[in-house]
Amino acid sequence: MNIVVCVKQIPDPSAPQSLDDHHNLNRLGKLLLDEADTYGVEMALQLAEASSGEVVVVSMGDATDLTGLRTALAMGAARAVVVSDPSLRGATALDTAAVLSAVISSVSPDLVLTATESSDGYTGTVPAQIAEFLGWPSVTFAKSLSASENNLTVSRQSEAGYDEVTVSLPAVVSVTAGVVEPRYASFKGIMAAKSKSVEVKSLSDLGLTLNQGQAISAVTEAPSREAGEKFVDDGTAAEKIIAFLESVKAL
Amino acid sequence: MTIANLWVVLEPAENGFTSTSLELLSHARTIASSVAGVTWGTGNTQATLAGEYGATTLFSVDVPAQALPGAAVAAAIAGGELPDLVLIPTSYDGRDIAGRLSARLRRPVLTNATNLSADGHTEHQIFGGTRLVDAHFTTPGVGIVVARAKSFVASSSGGAPATVTPLAIPDLGRRGESSITNRHVEEQTGPKLEEASVVVAGGRGIGEVTGFEIIEELAELLHGAAGASRAIVDAGWVPYSLQVGQTGKTVKPDVYIACGISGATQHMVGMKGSKVIIAINKDADAPIFQMADLGIVGDVKTVLPALAAALRARSK
Repeated sequence: MNIVVCVKQIPDPSAPQSLDDHHNLNRLGKLLLDEADTYGVEMALQLAEASSGEVVVVSMGDATDLTGLRTALAMGAARAVVVSDPSLRGATALDTAAVLSAVISSVSPDLVLTATESSDGYTGTVPAQIAEFLGWPSVTFAKSLSASENNLTVSRQSEAGYDEVTVSLPAVVSVTAGVVEPRYASFKGIMAAKSKSVEVKSLSDLGLTLNQGQAISAVTEAPSREAGEKFVDDGTAAEKIIAFLESVKAL
Repeated sequence: MTIANLWVVLEPAENGFTSTSLELLSHARTIASSVAGVTWGTGNTQATLAGEYGATTLFSVDVPAQALPGAAVAAAIAGGELPDLVLIPTSYDGRDIAGRLSARLRRPVLTNATNLSADGHTEHQIFGGTRLVDAHFTTPGVGIVVARAKSFVASSSGGAPATVTPLAIPDLGRRGESSITNRHVEEQTGPKLEEASVVVAGGRGIGEVTGFEIIEELAELLHGAAGASRAIVDAGWVPYSLQVGQTGKTVKPDVYIACGISGATQHMVGMKGSKVIIAINKDADAPIFQMADLGIVGDVKTVLPALAAALRARSK
């Protein structure tokens, strides 16, 4: 089974975030592989290893620093394709999906895996948008999946618990964190990743024009919550919490 | 853009529609002159409820019972005469419908909205809710907006039952090739997480999977519900259904007790609307303390058992 995993390089989520003059997220610092994507990469590697298939990682974004993509290659993906174009700065989810779909079509895999959403933009619509562009079925929020001949069995999160879903291939599946435990790249893997192919494409290579169609008018400070009292526990924390709960009539 | 015609996607639930669906419908009638609902499955029989909350028409899509609704509902909406805007609840199926509809119509989609005005502008919270983004569509065509739970208050308008109008599903090709073979319902005791007046939530600081037992006990003692941060859901300690945050549930209880939760952006978005927040964390610099009404710098492993013991003593 040949699998494409869509991944994203994002600014370090534990570092302070800021916006640039165009209301786009500042991506000047070091970029990392979105941790949410490591689950899809691991899942893909396991499925591909069981079926002598290949894993290709597909991404969109600045290609000057590819450390994040090398992380996926070090885990075991065979190669990477990244679409990088100045006009894609601040691209909408729809344009992102159109770009990723164009690359996926050229790879023509049996399965596309994604995270449920990126950890920086978190629109969460890209997996369904890709599936619609490709004309494929999709299952989002998979917490486990297993492959058989021409289909996949997926446990999909639901409001009440989870549903077992069968989907025919090729398909797009978004996986939640925890679907599998991502491996750490081995030293051998890290060395091998250095010589793996990372193909950089521009928008014109794909023959795409952007749809755009949305804009930010303003960004303002939200009314902030005032921090209240803070105590270092000296053994009376429970009493303080109970007194507080009484004061707000929760007890 | 002026929103004259607004359609709201009404997600079927056990007793009618999901609460987020009714919240969006209630808001829709305050900003648009004509409001319709779009539903499927058991929702097709809820004309009275849809009308009561403000829909004059209920478009019913005949999605097969075992099918995932995303592709079919999106195609049905896209196939007819379009409204000015389609408003969709943030949920598993809601995001599928929004994504499919967006790609099908080549129209952008604004997600995670916490408000929508009559001029089509949306509000979104970023950076853990510390900043508000005002966004809008810039090209003519239908607007697609996905709004978060608890952004609006559900209120009945006392309207007459909606007129049910079928919305046909065009040929989906391979898009519809998925089917639900089994549904698992996780057992639940006590109030629902989204509706509880007290939420006791645990994060990485509880130390290990068994650390969640005290969270559940406290929730029970306070007649509330237990919640969790993404970190311990990802670690597999508790099911995803307990996750509070960006990817999980949005809660607005009277009291939110964050235990061993640092307060990542992802988490804050889901609970910052709580009336009061109590935080217990070993790290005095944890961001959660910036919004806590009562902050305890301490180890949850000693504070929580003491609190449970005190609460048990009171209930005797």
